[in-house]
Amino acid sequence: MISIEGLHKAFGSNAVLRGVNLAVGRGESIVIIGGSGTGKSVLLKCILGLVRPDRGRITVDGAPATVPASDAMLAHFGMLFQGGALFDSLPVWQNVAFRLLRGSLKRPKDEARAIAIEKLRRVGLGATVADLFPAELSGGMQKRVGLARAIAADPQIIFIDEPTAGLDPIMAGVINELIREIVVEMGATAMTITHDMSSVRAIADSVAMLHDGVIRWSGPIAELDMTPDPYVQQFIHGRAEGPIAAIR
Amino acid sequence: MTEAILAPVASLGRAVLLALAAIGRIAIFAAQVLGHLLRPPFYAREFGLALLQIGWFSLPVVGMTAVFTGGALALQIYAGGARFSAESVVPSIVAIGMTRELGPVLGGLMVAARVASSIAAEIGTMKVTEQIDALTTLSTNPLKYLVVPRVLAATLAVPVLVAAGDSIGIMGGWLVGITRLDFNSATYLKNTADFLEAWDVGSGLVKGAVFGFIIALMGCYHGMHSGRGAQGVGAATKSAVVAASVLILAANYLLTELFFST
Repeated sequence: MISIEGLHKAFGSNAVLRGVNLAVGRGESIVIIGGSGTGKSVLLKCILGLVRPDRGRITVDGAPATVPASDAMLAHFGMLFQGGALFDSLPVWQNVAFRLLRGSLKRPKDEARAIAIEKLRRVGLGATVADLFPAELSGGMQKRVGLARAIAADPQIIFIDEPTAGLDPIMAGVINELIREIVVEMGATAMTITHDMSSVRAIADSVAMLHDGVIRWSGPIAELDMTPDPYVQQFIHGRAEGPIAAIR
Repeated sequence: MTEAILAPVASLGRAVLLALAAIGRIAIFAAQVLGHLLRPPFYAREFGLALLQIGWFSLPVVGMTAVFTGGALALQIYAGGARFSAESVVPSIVAIGMTRELGPVLGGLMVAARVASSIAAEIGTMKVTEQIDALTTLSTNPLKYLVVPRVLAATLAVPVLVAAGDSIGIMGGWLVGITRLDFNSATYLKNTADFLEAWDVGSGLVKGAVFGFIIALMGCYHGMHSGRGAQGVGAATKSAVVAASVLILAANYLLTELFFST
């Protein structure tokens, strides 16, 4: 479904991606792990057409990804941003139904609102939240609204950037379970980036570790703990000692 | 020795190249905005909100600026005119000064301070919090959704603000004239009407439209190119106000040359 070959991206002298190769199958939930600043978000943004790669090839369902991405391609995607990225000036329901209120997927306002309320219900929020503004919501509620917006147009592919960042462990667990349920229920392909191992274990069918600009290791979640790769072992156990340099 | 001589020249060259690059980037941005102005989709709600924010809510600050400027102008012209017994020119000079220069320039600068900063801060914050990226992933072009409505609204609203400011400024001069300078009210107003030409007002309105375009363009440009974090947004806001103010003054000179040089 998503194929990445030889992807390179540098910002000035900082080469973030140095030849990433990755294939994600239809309906697969892949989690990309890696330390901060290893280029996980840049990888997602390259696929979405938000960042122009220097070299390499990305295809989605066989069609090459472009910068900026075409409307037809973006219609297949939903994205949950790390901080929610909700529009402050719009009430919650208009955030969720943003795509349904304009553009090629435009619906009548009442229908769009009904869909938004249904999606809010799916992520565990009541209809009373619909008319609030994002600033009136807690961090966990904002994540849920962001997830509702990501699934509002029933996308085939969902990208999730650090789903549990800034949440307490209980809320993080709730969000992880919710993402897993929704991805399975929709049969969507999901690509999540995180360094939270509880998210990895809750969400992933497969895992890929990005380090030094390349995919260092990839495989099914069941093999993650058994791999002898010292980089993966250091990362998943959070050890300060190991081949990954830690700045103290 | 040669290096010591060339170093300042090299620094100057670098500064010139950076300035030219910035001008080029802004020109490309302006061309993109103008291109999008003519192509659908159009976001009427965003345009309406921008019109309200930029036009209606700027009226008090423009009005206050104009009334005090008109009053001070009347006092200055009276004091200066008294040196060669020309006190009677106060109404006509106040009217011409307000409509041609002070109305559009001071109004433009006040709107730049209020609006360019607010646009840059709002769009800069949206960029930092990934809302601009979110717009793109939701199949919405940020230029069309955020920039075009604001630029169009400012280009249309600032001339209206200038017209209101002109009227209020002339009224300020009239108020000072009849209360402090012993002018007869009817004579003052007749003098104002007799000496004011349509192009005095029209040229100020054209200036207002150009200044409005500059204000929104600078606010949007610096917001869209904001750096990371609070410091980045702060720097973008400051740059937007400074750039808009300097460009307003430069554009005012060029337009005055164009309209009134013989």
